[in-house]
Amino acid sequence: MSAATLLEVRDLHTQFNTLDGVVRAVDGVSFDLARGETLGIVGESGCGKSVTALSILRLIPPETGRIASGSIHFEGHDLATLPEDEMKRLRGHRISMIFQEPMTSLNPVLTVGTQIAENVVRHLGVSWKAARERAFEMLDLVRIADARRRLDEYPHQLSGGMRQRVMIAMALSCDPQVLIADEPTTALDVTIQAQILDLMLELKEKTGTAIVLITHDLGVVAETAERVVVMYAGRKVEEAPVMALFERPLHPYTRGLMAAIPRLDVDAESGGRRPRLQEIPGLVPRLTQPIVGCAFASRCGLATDRCRAEAPPVVDAGGGHTVACWEARV
Amino acid sequence: MVAVTDDLPLPPRRFSLGAAIRRNPTITFGAVLLTVLVLLALFGPLFVGDPLKIAPVNRLRPPSERWWFGTDQFGRDVFSRTIYGSRVSLIVGLSVAAISSVLGLALGLACGYFRAMDGFVMRIMDGVMAIPSILLAIALITLTRPGLGIVIVAIVIPEVPRIVRVVRAVVLSIRSQPYIESAVAGGTRNIKLLWRHVLPNTLAPLIVQSTYVCASAMLIEAGLSFLGAGVPPEVPSWGNIIAQGRTFFQIAPWSILIPGAFLATTVLAVNLLGDGLRDRLDPRLARRL
Amino acid sequence: MTAYIVRRIFAVLPVMAVVALFVFFLLRFAPGDPAAIIAGEDATNEAIEAVRAKLGLDRPMVEQFAFWIWRLLHGDLGVSIFSNLPVTRLIAQRLEPTAALTLATLFVSVAMAVPIGVVAAWKARKIADRLVMGFAVMGFAVPTFVLAYVLIYFFAVRWQMLPVQGYNPIGQGFGPFVESLILPSLALGITYMALIARITRASMLEVLQQDYIRTANAKGLATDRVLLLHALKNAAVPIVTVIGIGIALLISGVVITETVFNIPGLGRLTVDAVLKRDYPIVQGLILVFAAAKVFLNLLIDISYAFLDPRIRY
Repeated sequence: MSAATLLEVRDLHTQFNTLDGVVRAVDGVSFDLARGETLGIVGESGCGKSVTALSILRLIPPETGRIASGSIHFEGHDLATLPEDEMKRLRGHRISMIFQEPMTSLNPVLTVGTQIAENVVRHLGVSWKAARERAFEMLDLVRIADARRRLDEYPHQLSGGMRQRVMIAMALSCDPQVLIADEPTTALDVTIQAQILDLMLELKEKTGTAIVLITHDLGVVAETAERVVVMYAGRKVEEAPVMALFERPLHPYTRGLMAAIPRLDVDAESGGRRPRLQEIPGLVPRLTQPIVGCAFASRCGLATDRCRAEAPPVVDAGGGHTVACWEARV
Repeated sequence: MVAVTDDLPLPPRRFSLGAAIRRNPTITFGAVLLTVLVLLALFGPLFVGDPLKIAPVNRLRPPSERWWFGTDQFGRDVFSRTIYGSRVSLIVGLSVAAISSVLGLALGLACGYFRAMDGFVMRIMDGVMAIPSILLAIALITLTRPGLGIVIVAIVIPEVPRIVRVVRAVVLSIRSQPYIESAVAGGTRNIKLLWRHVLPNTLAPLIVQSTYVCASAMLIEAGLSFLGAGVPPEVPSWGNIIAQGRTFFQIAPWSILIPGAFLATTVLAVNLLGDGLRDRLDPRLARRL
Repeated sequence: MTAYIVRRIFAVLPVMAVVALFVFFLLRFAPGDPAAIIAGEDATNEAIEAVRAKLGLDRPMVEQFAFWIWRLLHGDLGVSIFSNLPVTRLIAQRLEPTAALTLATLFVSVAMAVPIGVVAAWKARKIADRLVMGFAVMGFAVPTFVLAYVLIYFFAVRWQMLPVQGYNPIGQGFGPFVESLILPSLALGITYMALIARITRASMLEVLQQDYIRTANAKGLATDRVLLLHALKNAAVPIVTVIGIGIALLISGVVITETVFNIPGLGRLTVDAVLKRDYPIVQGLILVFAAAKVFLNLLIDISYAFLDPRIRY
């Protein structure tokens, strides 16, 4: 693990027990996150990107799911096996997370001020009074007007964009090393989306927090991330610096995703709202069965018999660009 | 994404008793227990002695081979009284459940469907529900001659609002469904609408609620009899047996504890049946209680 | 919020009006001749007529109604047929034991059942949860008076730890007062506790699935803060609602409990009145009990405004 590497995920397997059998939601994913870096993780819903994020914080519901194997190295600990009480001290402090649904992710019966301040009290051990002052600073930092008054308001009194700002304020209140943002703008209006992304980037510059940005939206990734991991059916299929990925997507799945991005002229016609990724023909394989060969083979126009029989190895295309595909022209 | 964990099979929309039983052990357990008790009530009296026969020589005998459940202060056989008593409880429970279901269904459908009636009827229901059920029953009984019929009526009145509220809630939620609105717009007659679209949807919650009413009715009847305001004292009901055992409780606890255990078991069986049916048929109601 | 509270208070009035009307018409429309039934099996015609006059049943219905409402609004619940004492005075004399028993049971049950339900939800499907659910199912099935005798049998008769029966007014010392309330409260409270524990569990289980609980966990908050503040405060409205619904259960139960434990409260007054068919007392008690229930439920409705900031209509 090099000095610049902050978080190192190796061969992560996360599984859920369902009535249909064991679902391999994350099936051998590895990636690194450098200090101060913004890493995008993209893929369709159900590809395991959110489960990856929850695995890092060990927030997988223990009744149904578990990290089956792999390691998550962070600040000298393996988060996959760290005792729960130590994990609790880490969450919201060294690594924090914001979620997709700002409408439901804040507690409706507690004031905004309390929800930010409790994080500070918990991890920095300061008084409630000091924590409240910190909460005020944070609200101010995320540019919530009239922050002093907002401290005593409840989430239902705030708009969706403001709630996501509160979530960000809360997540950054203890100066974490890593901020995991799971679809932070998906539920918001397109104009608010841009504001929130800009805010996140700006705060990143100020605080040096590394960001893991999870999204299904390649447009968001293009604007925000420095490096991108593309996931499909619980596996990493491609990883590259953002420019390299957009200039030369190597995996057929990545190319399919890009083809689904609306062009500017189309974008304007659809009222400026970015549509969700369009379907690539075919179905995502069932994750209850071990996948033989390449997971994308059943939907891939280039698939050969080898693709269906043997899992493709990760190939280095140079410049930090890797891909797992038999047919990729590296 | 966490949709993976939500991927449980949805309960069947339509009422299917066979499937319900196979999938739910609670129902089966409750039903089997209840069946045994019903058989005991139906046929038990054919095999036991006279529950009313007084034998002062044998008074206050503890349970033994001859008197399985002992005897009371008049030397009456507690076993045979308990078996006969099950008839009263089951008759009261089942008839209250049946009568209040029919009344509650009719009122609930009417309230949910004809808005003009709703305010008026629901105010009355709120008022009736404000009166604790035993007190309401007691008041009615104070004004009439004792008997099984009046006990049933006195329990039906406080139980009806519980059914009305459940049925009305279902009707209101169905009314707002697009298919009902379009049927109304298309000129379907009210009666036909109620019969074809609304009534079938109320059945599952109605069945569940009526099992609870049945359990509650048996408890109220026993309570009333215990207080001396239920079925006439000469009828061997569980409440009466317990009431009459009070004086000698310290010497002969069996004449209270044994019929009490029977009562508790019967109510337990009905409740289990209700819980199982509720989990199976009506998950939304399951959350409300 | 004031508007909300005022509206809740006004919503109580029609309910009490219906209760009053119900009690009035129950006597007037009862099958048969209530006067004859109240007077008893062997009553002479004169005695029946005397009862009829006392109940005012010999006058025109409208006049009866006006007179009855008039008295009710002045806090006059009529006089007992047998003792000729005002019903209000009889009720006042018996109020203390019932209030003590009901309120003690209410507080103790809530204080025990809510934590039990929280633990059950927290340890869902584990041993603790199964025990709680088992207790809840049993609690619904065991009748108050049966449980009361089981408790008496063990705690009073066999182990002689507590008094078998009776009530010691609080004026005669706190110790004996509490001692005389333990078994009655337990007998009365079990069903109520089962009800509250069950709804607490169900409500907590639902809340624990919510996104904001995931947020609270993502902040690394201590388990007790997540459970007792973030979750329980959100689960509170249904729990408090059921606490209110259960008050009816307590009031019905108090009639039986007082009979078993020989406590000279309103419950015993009710039973004695029923046995003597003293209808004025019965109707007075119904009004008082219904008013108590409606009042406690009003307090609960008002508490919603404090528990959930979204309720401000």
